Amino acid sequence: MSTVAVEVVYRGIFQKSLARNIVRSIVFAARKEGKIGTAFGRYGDSPERNGIPAKQFAIVADTAEELEENLAVYQAHEVDVTINVDDTLCKGVESWGWYGLEPINKLTKPNGTLIVTSRQSADSLIEDIHQRDEPFNLSIIPAVPSFSGLWVYKDDHTDVRILGTLCKVCPQLVSLASMVEAIKDQGWSDLKITSAEKAFERANDRQVEPGEGTDSVPFSFTLPGWKTMEEGLVIRGQGSGGGFRGGEEGFQPDRNEVFKKWSTRSMRPVVNFETCIKCTLCWLQCPDTCFDITPDGLFDANMEACCGCGVCEAVCPVPECVTMVNEAEFNDNSSQWEAWQVDKDGYKKWMTVLIEKEKLVERTHGFHHVGQYAEEAAQAGDD
Amino acid sequence: MTIAPAQAELYREEKEELISGSEAIGIACALADVDVITAYPIRPYDTVMQYVSKLKADGVFDCDFIVAESEHSQFEIVKHASAVGARTFCGSSGVGWFYAFEAIAVTAGLRLPVVAMVGNRALDDPGAFGVEHNDALAVRDLGWMLYWVATAQEALDMALLAYKVAEDSRVFLPFALSCDGSFLTHSQAIVNVPTFEQVKQFLPDYDRGKLQLHPDNPITIAPQVNEDWLMEIRRQSDEAMRRSTNVIKEAYEEFKATFGRGDPSPFIEEYMTEDAEIMLVGMGTLALPARVAVRRMREQGKKVGFLRIKFFRPFASEEIQEALSKCKAVAVIDRDYSYGSPANGGVLFNEVRSAMYPATNHPHILNFIAGLGGREVLVRDINEIVDTTQRAIDTGKIEEETTWIAVRE
Repeated sequence: MSTVAVEVVYRGIFQKSLARNIVRSIVFAARKEGKIGTAFGRYGDSPERNGIPAKQFAIVADTAEELEENLAVYQAHEVDVTINVDDTLCKGVESWGWYGLEPINKLTKPNGTLIVTSRQSADSLIEDIHQRDEPFNLSIIPAVPSFSGLWVYKDDHTDVRILGTLCKVCPQLVSLASMVEAIKDQGWSDLKITSAEKAFERANDRQVEPGEGTDSVPFSFTLPGWKTMEEGLVIRGQGSGGGFRGGEEGFQPDRNEVFKKWSTRSMRPVVNFETCIKCTLCWLQCPDTCFDITPDGLFDANMEACCGCGVCEAVCPVPECVTMVNEAEFNDNSSQWEAWQVDKDGYKKWMTVLIEKEKLVERTHGFHHVGQYAEEAAQAGDD
Repeated sequence: MTIAPAQAELYREEKEELISGSEAIGIACALADVDVITAYPIRPYDTVMQYVSKLKADGVFDCDFIVAESEHSQFEIVKHASAVGARTFCGSSGVGWFYAFEAIAVTAGLRLPVVAMVGNRALDDPGAFGVEHNDALAVRDLGWMLYWVATAQEALDMALLAYKVAEDSRVFLPFALSCDGSFLTHSQAIVNVPTFEQVKQFLPDYDRGKLQLHPDNPITIAPQVNEDWLMEIRRQSDEAMRRSTNVIKEAYEEFKATFGRGDPSPFIEEYMTEDAEIMLVGMGTLALPARVAVRRMREQGKKVGFLRIKFFRPFASEEIQEALSKCKAVAVIDRDYSYGSPANGGVLFNEVRSAMYPATNHPHILNFIAGLGGREVLVRDINEIVDTTQRAIDTGKIEEETTWIAVRE
């Protein structure tokens, strides 16, 4: 008599097929052992938006009666294993159906496991993960997060590597043999079976103790009741704004106090304040009005409003003045302009290292510069 | 319509699929070899149109698949196709269903056996995707048969039954399958898919007979009439709906014999109702948390049962009376609202209470509004409902006829 639940936390659209492959394979494998299961996405995340955090679930039980409690739900109420297929989501999950920022391990049962595909070390990931009162295990699959598109699937074996690891860290779910059968049934190649088996052999985990991780309190807010909510479906407009950080100079718009951004983005702009020519294009073109105008007339991207789209980088006429950098490099939403004010040389060094590093990595999605797609497409044509 | 060779091949043997309720209905369409399917996207109904278009693109389902420019045209097209003898399928959700309302009304008026899926969704505004039953319930007076599905398996099964009943010449009325948004339309479960041969044996071809619009059968339909005609026409539809009860019974018995599954009654499902003092009543996927709660309460010795109303139209008044008149109190859980109605209650509550009026034994009947906009109805919510209902039994009086559950004050 038991029920086992698994969630996959992923970037909407880009990793939808990956998440679906994982949750469906779990149910197929469990079926091999006579168990019954369900696979579903969190309805509030759907229809998915590019890159916005989302969840899918697989729940398996010994009997249909046991499974019944887990049907007709928006999401599992707790899970034995959380699978995170983009390590930047270790900072937390924010669905576009806005529930606030939820810690990545929020649903993970005490002594359950968090599986992450990442090139980062355990210590580095744990810095991003919210502390909790009960221990859990962290299992890292060394991999670059696997991103695809709406119509294409990058079959880099991330799905089966996760499934193999899952069988090892959660043996009460299904055996590796059943998982291999489920992989075969889906018509996947023998190579994928090998990848699953290797992942099973190599799987390792490390216990994360209470108190380990970031002590930052995830942003939360109170929903109004029907007696306190304004009638007529009214959303009051924001004020026009005022001086930078409440001062006399500069400008920052008033923003919604509740609807903020953290892990929605997988990249953020890093600004070189020294080469900025104050052309205002980033400020004008940002679809989320995220740039605050500093007292010295520069533009400081406010991370509570930025969704990481990269328009600022694309419109900036100065080379390397705005560069989108992977979120894994950051631990908070603090102001770059303020950091630059405090220590200009330190900021320059920090920024230069980040930008050089960024040039070397392939982005999970999007491009380094305008026209890159056309260049790559032309090159592919030549090949 | 011809059956694609791949279509016959795909359903040669019984098999299990991991599919959503919407996908189950898509497969039922392929098994029933539906001729004309119209679509217009709206969540959560669109999951069925996506699946049908996939089956068609994969070459395993040969049908005319028409994506219309609006829900109104979508329902008009199937109405006309049905009149010329095509087996049809369409569907919508929420205000999309309402946008088609003129066509929906005339489909029933013309006695056309269109089968539609309503992916139950809250009516705008505010824009919301979650389940409420008010969208489908809006056709309750028009001559549409209305069935509330609880599982993906039932979605497939009842889609087949829907064609059998709707296309019976004693009935010739449209049939709507109501499927809770998200819980049915977006959740995948293990479903047994029958074979083509089984379905063929169960479901005869649609034969509209002398009512078919065809050059060889010159007729006119949908005339303008005056007060000297309309009442008799309405009475005919009324009689057809009355006749549907027996047709449903017959079809359901045949279904059980062919496919080897089903409940004792096609109209209601009784769960642990024997000797129950408190009866919960609800529709759709509400059955799932309700059954879990009832099992747990039974383990604690509480005499609680659950009655799921499957057919809302035709409403099985006698069966419902019989099931409920034995208990001390009834708690009707509505996933809908009816502002200003008797007791300010839900639609289901008022129907149940009305059906109970002629009964010799009158239990207390309480109403609970729950799970609107897709909010989960949890086991603890059901417990609260049972506690409130128990108080009515203990004190002999009802404090509040209608209580909203899990709503923030």
